[in-house]
Amino acid sequence: MSFLELRHVTKVYGDGSSEVRALDDVSLGVDRGGLVAVMGPSGSGKSTLLTIAGSLEEPSGGEVVIDGHSLSEMSHNDKARLRRRTIGYVFQDFNLLPGLTAAENVSLPLELDGTGARRARTAALEALERLGLVERAGHFPDQLSGGERQRVAIARAVVGERRLLLADEPSGALDSANSEAVMRMILAACKTGVAAMVVTHDAQLAAWADRVVFLRDGTVVDQTVPPPSAEALISSGPKP
Amino acid sequence: MSVRHALLGLLSEGPKYGHQLRQEFEARTGDVWALNVGQVYTTLQRLERDGLVASDDEAAEGPQKAFRITEAGAEELAEWLRTPPDLTTPPRDELVIKVLVALAMPTVDVHEVIQAHRRYLVELMQQWTRLKEDEGEFDLPLALVVDAELGRLDSVIRWLDSADGRLKRAVVEPTAPTAAPAPRLRRRLAVRR
Repeated sequence: MSFLELRHVTKVYGDGSSEVRALDDVSLGVDRGGLVAVMGPSGSGKSTLLTIAGSLEEPSGGEVVIDGHSLSEMSHNDKARLRRRTIGYVFQDFNLLPGLTAAENVSLPLELDGTGARRARTAALEALERLGLVERAGHFPDQLSGGERQRVAIARAVVGERRLLLADEPSGALDSANSEAVMRMILAACKTGVAAMVVTHDAQLAAWADRVVFLRDGTVVDQTVPPPSAEALISSGPKP
Repeated sequence: MSVRHALLGLLSEGPKYGHQLRQEFEARTGDVWALNVGQVYTTLQRLERDGLVASDDEAAEGPQKAFRITEAGAEELAEWLRTPPDLTTPPRDELVIKVLVALAMPTVDVHEVIQAHRRYLVELMQQWTRLKEDEGEFDLPLALVVDAELGRLDSVIRWLDSADGRLKRAVVEPTAPTAAPAPRLRRRLAVRR
């Protein structure tokens, strides 16, 4: 079974004549170690899909199942614990707290979950180390470049025992080298068994995924089939 | 793709044999473009005829014959490197034509046609990205070739996305027909040039 499963998820805002159907019967799954990209233009419902998958918002219909547990059957407290322990979020604008250092930003979710300060700090430094940022651990967000801030946000999303990584346009306004670095980090997390879902309008980003799902007007309209090996591409590739 | 100038580039490092040129060409282009040895020798003969390379006259035709770049060849290479490729004329793009044809056919869902191409292009990009993921960090020429392909495919997808959005808006807010027909594209381009 997939680690994250969305089953017939529907989301409706407003009612009557002002009703907006943001998502309409969306089903998709993300396996452990898998990276799925959801691609669609703005207004297609992809950010709503991500917030519902991350239990930040309730669906109007259908259900979300994470690691075999249906969110609709969980108590408020259980869901809050799931968000703190299991799910890591990465947003376009990084969402780092300006008054905290890089290490404090990363260790905060662990401390909120009851991990002792010293253990949380050790885990945070390990996560920063993995992303090549340990020497910036004591810097505040405004002392970091855009690429470094996003790496801190990814460290925060994967610190501890998080098994589900949800990212909304994770490369934001970063240049292509930094965007590539961000996707390599997300892939590295997947190699350790993390299930990841990235929503984006950017094909260069989506192309890092194992599977790309296309969303239009709140509906899944299409998805890629698993690509053949890269070798096939070269032998059939462009000839001089 | 100018094999001619790529060979001149390799010869600018010093004299080389035909089979060696083929191997180096493939290695330096990330092994993406295959080149057969016959093509190498045909190109070398033309370069020699044009005075851009010279060979060791004593040696017989074949693998033991080494080639070197001439002064005229070096000048030609330097000039070529700095000459922009011709991007001024809009190419007769098959994909654009397919979408235009689909648009004119009332029985065809143009958005579905666009999506079929979008999916295919994203699948191609996934394959190129996989190549970069596996080897791109270690193989610089390959990474450059892959980036070029990804950029090219991405720009086609961006065009499909904007066409998709434009067509959707056109259904919601159809533009009123203008009194005088707009000048044709060809005429407008001709005026600008």
